[in-house]
Amino acid sequence: MVRALGARSIRQTFRRPQLISPIVVFPTLLLAIQTGGAGAGIELPGFPPVQSFLQFMLAGSMMQSMMLAGNSGGIAFAVDIEMGFTDRLFAAPIPRFAIVLGRLAGTAALGLFASLWFLAIGLIFGAEIEGGVPGALLAIALITASALAVGGIGAAIALRTGSASVVQGLFPLVLVVLFLSSAFFPQELMIEPAKTIAAYNPLSFIVEGVREPIISGIDATQTLEAVAAIAGIVVLGLVLSARALRHRLRIG
Amino acid sequence: MPAIEVEGLERAFGEVLAVRGIDLRVEEGEIYGFLGPNGAGKTTTVRMLTTLLLPSGGRASVAGHDVVAEARQVRASIGVALQEAALDPLMTGRELIRLQATLQGLPPAAGRERADGLLDRVGLSAAADRRVGGYSGGMKRRLDLAAALVHEPSVLFLDEPTTGLDPVSRKTIWEEVRALNEDGTTVFLTTQYLEEADQLADNVGIIDSGRIVAEGTPEALKAEVGNPHVELLVGEGAVAAAERACAELGKLLPPKDGRRVLVEVEEGAAAIPRVVRALDEAGVAVESLELVRPTLDDVFVDKTGHHLEKEESGGGEESVPA
Repeated sequence: MVRALGARSIRQTFRRPQLISPIVVFPTLLLAIQTGGAGAGIELPGFPPVQSFLQFMLAGSMMQSMMLAGNSGGIAFAVDIEMGFTDRLFAAPIPRFAIVLGRLAGTAALGLFASLWFLAIGLIFGAEIEGGVPGALLAIALITASALAVGGIGAAIALRTGSASVVQGLFPLVLVVLFLSSAFFPQELMIEPAKTIAAYNPLSFIVEGVREPIISGIDATQTLEAVAAIAGIVVLGLVLSARALRHRLRIG
Repeated sequence: MPAIEVEGLERAFGEVLAVRGIDLRVEEGEIYGFLGPNGAGKTTTVRMLTTLLLPSGGRASVAGHDVVAEARQVRASIGVALQEAALDPLMTGRELIRLQATLQGLPPAAGRERADGLLDRVGLSAAADRRVGGYSGGMKRRLDLAAALVHEPSVLFLDEPTTGLDPVSRKTIWEEVRALNEDGTTVFLTTQYLEEADQLADNVGIIDSGRIVAEGTPEALKAEVGNPHVELLVGEGAVAAAERACAELGKLLPPKDGRRVLVEVEEGAAAIPRVVRALDEAGVAVESLELVRPTLDDVFVDKTGHHLEKEESGGGEESVPA
């Protein structure tokens, strides 16, 4: 049942250009522009040793795509609420949280798609995955799990507000949170207060966990920190979603 | 065991009491028409009965299960087609029915078979693989109905199933509702169309401002407000003569427009020949003659003091050229 709902949400995303384009087109363009325009950045003192700027940027692009997948998932869920489709689901004899889980399964699948897309782009344009196949699989797993985590927050906002435009309005906030992490620039080279914010931003832990197997190799500490950050966001997303679902069912 | 039993059901939205302690009982195999204007509380009642909304007070059971304590069992027993067919325009008709089958717990093979059968039943086989966004209003309603039937529910809730449809599509939905009912499905139908309630419902509940103001069979409700009357359009100056001629045939009602004579006749159409003979013998020229039966709107007016907002039907008029 969760699989069927997840499959439906994936189809919904791929059939609605305004949902899929932020996940694919925007991060890909940003990757191309940054790689082409700021490639010399890797020569800066303090920049981590990398094969190329593209190799460094892959994790950030995956994170950006994953975050936007979570946002798109929230928008799609809110559209379902607005047009009454969720009533059809709520009227079915299934656990109602399964409806949220179905949506999150779809968002996680989009995270999987995003990680594969950017790994493919990296490999096509010459980036090497230093951690080999295990490293690539770890990056894919972390991004997929992150999509599920972020999707939980998107779903919670959708359930609480029932408004696609409100969820869509969070798009700039997604970028702000992402830019205040080490997704696109090494933390060591940031200036205050961005440096301190990035140091505590859970997204920084996730992006470093994804980046390390690409630029260097699997690092247990960074992997565990990334997993812990994802777990924290998952718990937060699920708790907020459960509360928002109760609210939605109460107001009908 | 009644299919639906409601006692003192209430629902408040903040300070506003949308449903004010209604009682109703729908027997198995019945079509119950829930008639009322926009904002009367029809949809709120349906949402409570289908477990989509918690009641603020009172109790209700559907298919023998309490809508609050046994909500899951209620949902397994009912089919729901809500107002403004809630369909994903990006899905195809077949995908939607198959998803609905999965949600109702049908195994994949059975779900596929059931979907094909239902799409055929509602005449959507040819359009089954097209996206719902391209369907007409009538097609969407038929698809919504098919989705509600995927698990062969014992009780079917249809919330204004024909609102906004053209007459042909409306008739198609009516035929399908009748066929379902003949197969034993209990149907709870909300509508703001008098003709729909009159045509389909075994029993009608009229709701206004959150209260049920009348309940019974359409015929019994109409009988409560009076007998049919013959309405005669006569030439200028002939009203008094026409009234004299008809005085013995039934109760004279106040004339309309200065030229229309109204005679209440207990026996309905059977009185028309006598009326025509009496007028002919009195030498009164009649331009037109109509037998006007009481409508559910008359019942509504009688109970609430105002008309339904959207009256579509012309009521029960039978015209006889004079």
